[in-house]
Amino acid sequence: MKIAVASGKGGTGKTTISCALANAAQGEVTLLDCDVEEPNSRFFIHPVIEEERPTYNLVPTVDPEKCTGCGECGRVCQFSAITSLGKVVMVFNELCHSCGACARICPAGAIEETPRATGSILSGRSGNIRFISGCLNVGEAMAPPVIRETLKQATESGLNIVDCPPGTSCPYVTAVKACDAALLVTEPTPFGLHDLKLAVETIRELGVPFGVAVNRVTDEHNVISAYCCGEGIPLLLQVPESRRVAEAYSRGEPINTVMPELNEALRAIPGKLEALI
Amino acid sequence: MKIAVSTSGNDLSAPVDTRFGRAPQFLIYHTETGAFSLKDNRQRLDAAQGAGIQSATCVAEAQVDAVITGNCGPKAYAVLDAANVKVYTCSGVTISEAVDLLRKGKLSPAEEANVEGHWV
Repeated sequence: MKIAVASGKGGTGKTTISCALANAAQGEVTLLDCDVEEPNSRFFIHPVIEEERPTYNLVPTVDPEKCTGCGECGRVCQFSAITSLGKVVMVFNELCHSCGACARICPAGAIEETPRATGSILSGRSGNIRFISGCLNVGEAMAPPVIRETLKQATESGLNIVDCPPGTSCPYVTAVKACDAALLVTEPTPFGLHDLKLAVETIRELGVPFGVAVNRVTDEHNVISAYCCGEGIPLLLQVPESRRVAEAYSRGEPINTVMPELNEALRAIPGKLEALI
Repeated sequence: MKIAVSTSGNDLSAPVDTRFGRAPQFLIYHTETGAFSLKDNRQRLDAAQGAGIQSATCVAEAQVDAVITGNCGPKAYAVLDAANVKVYTCSGVTISEAVDLLRKGKLSPAEEANVEGHWV
């Protein structure tokens, strides 16, 4: 089973909860950091990295000998990643979504799709946690291809925790829709509620079953619990606001070490999410 | 010489639009005859990305020699440069004033983009 740990709002504690879920697990578990623009789960898991390999996107290369300057490539591209000024064809790699339309439409067969490295995948281990982390190269804009490659490392039968990118756009959608269920992490503030609603709206569209975790809770009856109750969304975890957590975080320690009382609730989450599928 | 000027107006008294990629339209001005025509560019306004590239391709296809606009980003500049279209930037002037400035040699061609791209 693949569990997406996601949120609309950034900084709510996706990485904290992902690492806590992985640490609380009693058997073999895979943690996949798919927040490829700022992967930081490794700081709380401290894995021994065994392998690092690049990930590639296919981008067009134009053979000027064969190009007739017809301009079909530029007209078919939905992303303005290729444009033709007569026989001068310009390719903007960072805008390319690797759809391959330009290569297919070219009547002269002048376009070939060639791999270009845009990120990397780290694999390693820390105890019973198999650790995988996607990392988008600096200056690259397209996170989804690296996220998809990272997700290919998930196990078929075991438990996979997927630390997702924030927001509700392509990176979030790419990571969440590949999972069987999701835990949406938020905080009990008006901003937290606002962005949770966006994440809920999106995830309902995707048809991925989900529950909610609230982080930094000072009162268990809060705006999020009221919203979840009204919407019939299972509230699966409330993490109390605590200075101990902040201190552990600043030392790169998972919350399990300072709040061992959470472990039982954390261990129950995969089962509760599975029941929703 | 043929010049494409970014604008939201319909004649020479209209101000030069600060945007190039997302300019609502281009006024194509012929310096020899003083005649001009309009080229609609509104389809780029909603482009998720690459508006500058498309606008640059569009004016290059209109075979202009120069562009007058407010700001030009790096990708648009790269396309215009490859098409041998000179880029002149100015601000706070009408199209006729800008054309006048260009004629009098008071606008110098840009050698690179004058603003960062912002397609992300």
